[in-house]
Amino acid sequence: MNLGPHADFIVAAYAVTVFVVAGLVAWVVLDYSAQRRILGDLEERGVTRRSQRKDD
Amino acid sequence: MAVIDLANPSRFLALVTRVLPWLAALTIALFAIGLVRAMQAPDDYQQGATVKIMFLHVPAAWLSMMGWGLMSIAALGTLVWRHPLADVAGKAAAPVGAAFTFICLITGSLWGRPTWGTYWVWDARLTSVLVLLLLYLGVLALYWTAEDPGRGSRAAAVLTLVGAVNIPIIKFSVDWWNTLHQPASILRMGGSAIDPSILWPLLIMAVAFTLLFFTLHLAAMRNEILRRRVRSMRIMQAQEARA
Repeated sequence: MNLGPHADFIVAAYAVTVFVVAGLVAWVVLDYSAQRRILGDLEERGVTRRSQRKDD
Repeated sequence: MAVIDLANPSRFLALVTRVLPWLAALTIALFAIGLVRAMQAPDDYQQGATVKIMFLHVPAAWLSMMGWGLMSIAALGTLVWRHPLADVAGKAAAPVGAAFTFICLITGSLWGRPTWGTYWVWDARLTSVLVLLLLYLGVLALYWTAEDPGRGSRAAAVLTLVGAVNIPIIKFSVDWWNTLHQPASILRMGGSAIDPSILWPLLIMAVAFTLLFFTLHLAAMRNEILRRRVRSMRIMQAQEARA
């Protein structure tokens, strides 16, 4: 595949897009595991949400 | 499950957990097809191979506006019905929309240099998209810096609805003003001006990017629901410690 005299611009556009999309994917994946970990810690310590309490 | 049941965050979480892997797999498959078709597409008779930037730039531009449209509907849900899931949807869409707007501006600039001879010009289309990025950053600042999340959400919803005025300005800027940016060549009266050999890869990439947007949005909504659970549990913990 020949990208012609402006190959640098084409490669840069694809590289920036891949970088930004990878950043978004990493953000949602890492944020998910962080929230799950914090929730797990709180539940281990016996903290419950109001909706989970039987007497409410 | 009725649609109204999804307004319950727990049921919404259960649905997202089931749907997300399929949506992610479909997104990856469509990107694989779209990228192969994009690389095989012929060069443009005027722009040469730089037309390949269009397969990123145009979907990102569409999604930057769709993201704001989605946030505007969510803002109505927050302000009128005060539904927590609407606020979650608005907050989760903002970073994704901002990222697509950033991609649109950068790829447009990299396409503009070899095509127009400049990275940037203050014409109506480019400027109104830059304003959209600044609006996204403003909404994010309101969400992330407000001490009271409820007040931050309402302020962000108001800014979102005010900023919705910018969407038709972006769309019609190339018709209303004399711009360096070309007028619409895909969604226009009289049909697309693009040859099918380039149009089809573009449409496949647009669907792939749209699925990516919804995959990321649903995942970010799930995270935001969990974050709110953490917050309410910490408040409960603090109240119990005080009592």
